[in-house]
Amino acid sequence: MAEEAPEDGAARTLPSLRRLSQALPFGRSHGHLGTSGRLIVPALCSQEKADPQETAFLLRKAWTLYSVTPLYGFRRARLRDYARLLGAFIAAEKHKGLAVEVGVELDIKVALSSLADIRGSELDQAALLVQLSSRSRGSSRNSEDKPMWWGWFCSMFGDELSENVPEHFTCLPLFLSHGAESYTALVGSWFQKTFDCCFRRLAISPLNLSWMVAMWAGCKLDRAASAVELVFSVPRLAQPLDISYAIHPEDAKALWDTVQKTPGEITQEEVDVFMDCLYAHFHRHFKIHLSAAKLVKISTAIASAHCDGIVKILHSQYLPGVLMLLTELAISQIQ
Amino acid sequence: MQRRRSSKTPKQPLHVHHKSQTDLSAWRKGGKIDSEKSLQNNQSANDQKYESQEGSLELALSYFEKVQDSVALKKKSVVQRHLDVVESTALKQGLPPEGFEILLKVALSGRFADTVNTRLLKSLIPTSVIPENSVVTAVSWLCVGKCSGNIQVLFLKWLITMFDFIDHKEQLNALYGFFFFFLQDEKMCPYVCHVLYLLTRRENVKPFRIRILLDLQAKMGMQSHLQALLSLYKVFCPDQVTITLPGKMKTYFKNSEGPWKAAITAVRQRNQGISPLAQAVFLGTSRPQSRKRKWNAQLVIPASSANRLEAGREKNRLYLCGTNESFPVEQLQTFPQLLQNIHRLEFPAQMGSVLTNPLLLHYMNFVKDESIYLRLHYWMGQRLQEECTWCVVDNPCEEEFKSFLENVYKAECFLQEGFSACEEFLYKTLPLWDGVSCRSEVLKLVSWIPLSSFSDIKPYLFDPLAQLFFTSSIYFKCSVLECLKELLQNWLNCNAIQMDLEISSANTTLCGLVDAVAELVHFVGRISTVALRLENNSTLLLYFILDFYDTVCDMYLKYNLPLLIMPPAGVFYPALLSMDSVNLNQLCYIMYRYRTNLVAAKENEQSKKKILQFKFSNQTYQEYNQYLTAMVGCLWTSTAFQKDIHPQGLRMDDELLSKTAVKEIKNSFNIVYHPAMMGYSVQFLQEICPDDTTFNFKLIKGKKWDWYLEYLYNQGLKGLKVFIESSISRVSQAARSKSGNVEA
Repeated sequence: MAEEAPEDGAARTLPSLRRLSQALPFGRSHGHLGTSGRLIVPALCSQEKADPQETAFLLRKAWTLYSVTPLYGFRRARLRDYARLLGAFIAAEKHKGLAVEVGVELDIKVALSSLADIRGSELDQAALLVQLSSRSRGSSRNSEDKPMWWGWFCSMFGDELSENVPEHFTCLPLFLSHGAESYTALVGSWFQKTFDCCFRRLAISPLNLSWMVAMWAGCKLDRAASAVELVFSVPRLAQPLDISYAIHPEDAKALWDTVQKTPGEITQEEVDVFMDCLYAHFHRHFKIHLSAAKLVKISTAIASAHCDGIVKILHSQYLPGVLMLLTELAISQIQ
Repeated sequence: MQRRRSSKTPKQPLHVHHKSQTDLSAWRKGGKIDSEKSLQNNQSANDQKYESQEGSLELALSYFEKVQDSVALKKKSVVQRHLDVVESTALKQGLPPEGFEILLKVALSGRFADTVNTRLLKSLIPTSVIPENSVVTAVSWLCVGKCSGNIQVLFLKWLITMFDFIDHKEQLNALYGFFFFFLQDEKMCPYVCHVLYLLTRRENVKPFRIRILLDLQAKMGMQSHLQALLSLYKVFCPDQVTITLPGKMKTYFKNSEGPWKAAITAVRQRNQGISPLAQAVFLGTSRPQSRKRKWNAQLVIPASSANRLEAGREKNRLYLCGTNESFPVEQLQTFPQLLQNIHRLEFPAQMGSVLTNPLLLHYMNFVKDESIYLRLHYWMGQRLQEECTWCVVDNPCEEEFKSFLENVYKAECFLQEGFSACEEFLYKTLPLWDGVSCRSEVLKLVSWIPLSSFSDIKPYLFDPLAQLFFTSSIYFKCSVLECLKELLQNWLNCNAIQMDLEISSANTTLCGLVDAVAELVHFVGRISTVALRLENNSTLLLYFILDFYDTVCDMYLKYNLPLLIMPPAGVFYPALLSMDSVNLNQLCYIMYRYRTNLVAAKENEQSKKKILQFKFSNQTYQEYNQYLTAMVGCLWTSTAFQKDIHPQGLRMDDELLSKTAVKEIKNSFNIVYHPAMMGYSVQFLQEICPDDTTFNFKLIKGKKWDWYLEYLYNQGLKGLKVFIESSISRVSQAARSKSGNVEA
């Protein structure tokens, strides 16, 4: 049965993952879109399931995506030092020209910590969380600091990058941030300066958005799922025109099940067929060729993604799967 | 005599400054010698005057040495006289080293009125160096606090200006704490900050001092002098203090050269005439940016600043080298500094900063560390992709991107190798390139693409280039040819070096090299043939094509590569029949070089000293011979139409030729009638028989043929000369004149 596909994929430990072709023409071996497939839910190297409490805050937030080149000279044992330095750096940047002593209490509290459960293969580093909170000025000691910005680095099956990198380099190619962009800029600059890395916004191409919608529309969910929605934007119009195309999740899944042939793995061909069916259906009703418009946003019960590189993950079970795909996209932007 | 001695005594070795405020060391070194010289000159010219002046300076110094307050007050005129002597000597020649201790002591001990002290301090201009002892003594007088606030400040200003004239700074640095104490004095604070800025070493930066400075900052607010000192502290101890300087800041210390500036310049000019460059205070300021940019997308190459967080990890290695302190990259200013500290230099926190820092590029060449290249690779790769003007749609900043590419290219030239990130970038983006944006920069970078198998890079490099080549202007075509010539030369150079290093084991790599070079040369041959047709055999284009073959024809002898490839007929014949002498002359030269290379190869083959894996195929010799026959037939024997055996050559039936109805058709391309040579032959005729206006070219024969040749050689046709001398055997004078008769 095709319905078993996702579970099947989750239970198996596959020796290696074939991945999307990279932009690099040669020099490294790459698969091709047409021939390689993707897994929907990967098998994590730590068999025990991630603690849902610990990762709950990652869900239902709009994360802005960045790719990050490997960090040079990063050492996890020094997270506390890094937090002090980053805190002082932020303070110094906010009051340009004013020297700040490292280590004193500042308005903004910086915390760096590892998210041990967020990693895929043996080669992956545990995710790294940066959290900024404003210190409460109130007299009461128990009043909690108010969190105001989150950012985390992660690598989910980023083997292709990490296996080729010498020591002293730490591969956490995907960075996700939530909060004011000015803080993203400060934190990002500090990491760039300190670990000689480069941040780049990670946009998602329409092709990859169609992958996402196909992958996630077919996922089985326990609870009642929300609609699958695709937003298209029509280019070259005086007035911006967006077309929203919503599909009942069960219909989308039924369609996908008829399309998918190889259980647990998805191919480009299947994705194309799935999208073509949706386009044909739309054309039958509205006489509009959606394939001529640009796919800008997709939402499913698993996650939603915008072409500008903004992602919201909704379901903890599929967190690794989503991150794996995003890691792959980040790595292809780095290489 | 005191003065004479003074110019000889301080022969200390050139001292490398901990920090150099102004680059005076060179002048100072030369200054001694020169002052000696000028002294001699002066003595011969105006002996007496100087003798007396020196004598009076000695008197003045001894007066100031022994003076007591009571004396001074009474005999104002005496003081006045000695003061005048000191001032005039100082302004003319500067003061000898031993004068400083005496005068500083007087000025700071408060024995005289401030006007005297001020005049004394203002005249403290060194001829050569200032002894450290004198400054230490002066500082101890400063601490005693007998002089007024104004004098204190003036002394500090003097110290700042003269800092680089002080011969040693060890003891002075030991007084760091005393100077630091003076920070509390509001009036002195800015100047003390500057002195401290010049004095500070890593070991001077202590937590309690940081705290005092921060307290001062809290008390006085943002002061540029405090900011400067604090940012220096940050350089040494980023884990204790941090500061971000506002970008628009330009000067951190007020100009304190004040009263001495003119005098120093004057003395300096008199002594040698070199004006030292005032070095900018090195602070990690953000450079002014042309426009507001995204934080993560700056093409601005990061400033060189060390990452002290890394120091811990590197420490073990450094201890092995016998030092316990690494050298901050911010302080690296000169090549001697690099040499002295090369064992303890830190790489900058952001590797991208090496691009614009030649010293670090030297260091990079020296330290072959994979991580350096990898860090640079990631940084450059991201910057290139993100800012590429023809790939990123909303990127109006072509100028910035151009200068970035230019910097990358310069660094590649410096290192004599291409960057991998740049190579990948070109492969990715050349297929999308319009051939217009950043044209010269892109083509320059192409010339540094490392040697790779032709079939691998063809679809990413040669195909897109060829496509643009055929559809673009003649100028673009010429630029592409030039860039491919550079590429060929770079491949040949890099591999010539490699072959020297690994002569025996190089067979496989040599094979790859030969194949790749051959493919490149064939590629250029193909596109050149087509381009000449497209551009109607343009002279300019032909010039660039022959320039490429200028490298190709010498590959065997110049680069030791067992490969020679003749130009295709589509290039050879247009050059042979070209309308201008420059290209014809160049073709002659190239054919001469081909001959020299082929002869050398043949000799090596025959002597069999080396077992050659590679032999030139007979086809190359054949092709050469065919071309040679055509050339000699054209230029010399006027038999090209009969003897040219090249399938694409000039051979034509007599019948067909007669149909053209051109008279003397056989001669049309010899050195007299060739369209490229006609100008010379006309001028030659005018010179030998100025009265004849009929231009009887038949006159050029026999002896005159030889004269004509000489005339051509004298006109600068050296290529023709070496070609004729090497490739045309002229049996004897008589035979030559006979054949000349026949031909002409």
